[in-house]
Amino acid sequence: MTKPADWTGGHEAILYQSCGACGKAQYFRRGFCAACGSSDLAEKRASGKGKIYATSVVMRAATPETRAHVPYNIVLVDAAEGFRMMAHGANDLRIGDAVTARFAQFAGRLVPYFEK
Amino acid sequence: MSYITGVGLTSYGKHEGLTSLDLMSKAAELAISDAGLKRSEVDGVLCGYSTVSPHIMLATVFAEHFGIKPAYAHAVQVGGATGLAMTMLAHTLVDAGAVKHVLCVAGENRLTGQSRDAAIVALAQVGHPDYEVPLGPTIPAYYGLVASRYMHEYGVTEEDLAEFAVLMRRHALTHPGAQFHEPISVADVMASRPVASPLKLLDCCPVSDGGAAVIISREPTNAARVRIRGCAQAHTHQHVTAAPALSELGAEIAIAKAKANSGVEISDVRYAAVYDSFTITLAMLLEDLGLAKRGEAAARVRSGHFNRDGAMPLNTHGGLLSYGHCGVGGAMAHLVETQLQMTGRAGNRQVRDASLALLHGDGGVLSSHVSMFLERAR
Repeated sequence: MTKPADWTGGHEAILYQSCGACGKAQYFRRGFCAACGSSDLAEKRASGKGKIYATSVVMRAATPETRAHVPYNIVLVDAAEGFRMMAHGANDLRIGDAVTARFAQFAGRLVPYFEK
Repeated sequence: MSYITGVGLTSYGKHEGLTSLDLMSKAAELAISDAGLKRSEVDGVLCGYSTVSPHIMLATVFAEHFGIKPAYAHAVQVGGATGLAMTMLAHTLVDAGAVKHVLCVAGENRLTGQSRDAAIVALAQVGHPDYEVPLGPTIPAYYGLVASRYMHEYGVTEEDLAEFAVLMRRHALTHPGAQFHEPISVADVMASRPVASPLKLLDCCPVSDGGAAVIISREPTNAARVRIRGCAQAHTHQHVTAAPALSELGAEIAIAKAKANSGVEISDVRYAAVYDSFTITLAMLLEDLGLAKRGEAAARVRSGHFNRDGAMPLNTHGGLLSYGHCGVGGAMAHLVETQLQMTGRAGNRQVRDASLALLHGDGGVLSSHVSMFLERAR
């Protein structure tokens, strides 16, 4: 597959795939729907709106690059479009908070960053 | 039918100068000798992996190093669940008559063979390479995410989680091979350095050097009559991003299948050996397995239920949290301790009745699960 034009490829976007056969939204990009096996997938751009499912503020990082950012909040976000993703978030986010994505630099990479 | 005829366990902690193969060999030697076998009688070898010395054919590397020529050998990789997964496979192999005696062995110089940072980086790679790892998560962060959600849904507190660390430490104090020998309190856990919220240093298992091995045989080879009564696995996801809801995790699926295929009920269980990479792991698994009601595992710790002399002795060697965690060998120490308890050889740690035991292992981020029932046969 070609490199996606999303944050994993350095672009300010969150992409997901929507299955034309079963309607399921999937976040980890692949050539087929992991729910039903169909290859009828449409790549879509997410709104960046979502709700916090879980959070963990990292205080002990493992590399010099990531240590420079401590503390940083790893969050799981339930996107409005029906998929779950991992991202960064403001350190004061709580489970259930409605959030919106922007993008931030982290250890030399572009990453999605959610805040209220 | 299969029996755990021999067990071998090194101390966990620092083994300066020993390689993964050295630690595997030590444990294997102990287990073979415990089973009363000669090396040449071992016709099957299953091993885990070493993050310090990765190899695509570790089982044959080990067999050559150890000086045996097995009829069956390969590695197994399901993270922390590997030990019980190997045991389950060995059970299947001897039960099918493919081999007579399977050596399941693991060992790793995970503490002294690399820097702590290198260990953390290596382990974080269980995350998704594109969608998770670039965000800088660590294993404690993956479990911290799960913990935050579990605490949110079931009203579990950080003080509740701390109880599990205290319990495991108390048990470790009675085992000379444990990595830690200083008692800790809930206040100590609460005051320990934050690692990845809500988990603090003492909520996390250490990185250790160590080795563990068991022999699974078709027939008893000695007085030990510890039989594998039933086992089952469940694999619901790899990455925490793709994990199902808390109520649909693999521990509940695996234990339901193991209960069905063994005819054992949780009320029959007398000893529990449950994976405890973090305090949250142990709290969740105890509740998923039915050893405590939802949100009530910590209360059961406080009431002494899981003490050595309690109704359900748990990880009497100190678990991963305090005996130590050397990778695949980590949770095999639970199995070794269980066999010692079931054969009345646990010395000052001996429980009153370990006639039927439940073991459970978890790999990844609650990704891979193995449940197993062992019983003492007459």
